[in-house]
Amino acid sequence: MHIMEGYLPWQWCVFWYLVSAPFIIYGIYLLNKQVRERRETLSLLAVSGAFIFLLSSLKMPSPVVGSCSHPTGTGLSTILFGPIITAVLSLIVLIFQALFMAHGGITTLGANVFSMGIAGPLLGYAVYRVCKAVNLNIFVTVFLVTAVADLFTYVITSIELAAAFPAAHGGFMVSWMTFFAIYAITQIPLAILEGVLIALVFKYIIQSRADILVKLGVLSQEQVTKILGSFA
Amino acid sequence: MIPAVLRKYRLEIIFAVVVIVFAALFLYEQNVQSHAKWEGSDDQGSAAIEATGYTPWIQPLWTPPSDEVESLLFSIQAGIGAFVIGYFFGFYRGKRETAKLS
Repeated sequence: MHIMEGYLPWQWCVFWYLVSAPFIIYGIYLLNKQVRERRETLSLLAVSGAFIFLLSSLKMPSPVVGSCSHPTGTGLSTILFGPIITAVLSLIVLIFQALFMAHGGITTLGANVFSMGIAGPLLGYAVYRVCKAVNLNIFVTVFLVTAVADLFTYVITSIELAAAFPAAHGGFMVSWMTFFAIYAITQIPLAILEGVLIALVFKYIIQSRADILVKLGVLSQEQVTKILGSFA
Repeated sequence: MIPAVLRKYRLEIIFAVVVIVFAALFLYEQNVQSHAKWEGSDDQGSAAIEATGYTPWIQPLWTPPSDEVESLLFSIQAGIGAFVIGYFFGFYRGKRETAKLS
């Protein structure tokens, strides 16, 4: 999902900076508030950020397609802290990769943070709210949120590129098909794997810090007792 | 009735099965589709952009001089993430064990 340095015309760089900026500013405000007022959640915030760091560094082969891509790791923090704080965590990772690996870029940062940190997590969060409303099993919920946040990130990247580079014949749609095939199709197996991994990790979080999950409103005390009982 | 151990570790088992299927598909694909290059989708995207006749208007400030150096930096990124995750899960576990003792 990384659009490389210089690979977006400057008008689009400005556009995506403007689109992402309000989310980031609000996110920094929310993050500060979280750090000040709910210090007990800090360790899980660090763990959520660390998963973005870890998973977005893993370039994995995509079995069906024969190319490589990387997960985004944004699912966990989307569930625990919401999509807006996730945007700020993603921004940190993207700046790190742009500066030290020449992966992504500073000019394309706005577009990359929009796909990975904002659009993916926002749709993931919508999925989370729906799953919660229908009282779906928490591990299935975590799987779905994580996989959707991951996959949708790449769908958005393909839309960003199709918008910037419409095909000479056929325009946006033809161009979108090209980028969709490159980014989104490759991502399907990876999104599934990431979803299953984070669902497993979520079990360990429930076993370790169910108290924080209850405070964050992710689970109720009765749900925690029931889930822990099911693993006894 | 499902044995207790399978119930207790059901998520671990599902994860292991998915990883094995993933790896098996990869190995199958690698042998059958010998033309697959396993390139990064990000690089393929850049190539598709260049194919439209576009040239990047700005270069990265700094680029790793080789694939080795780049993979080192990616490993460091993964290492930092894994360190933080391991630190806190170990810390939580230690807390639980101490709570049990007292």
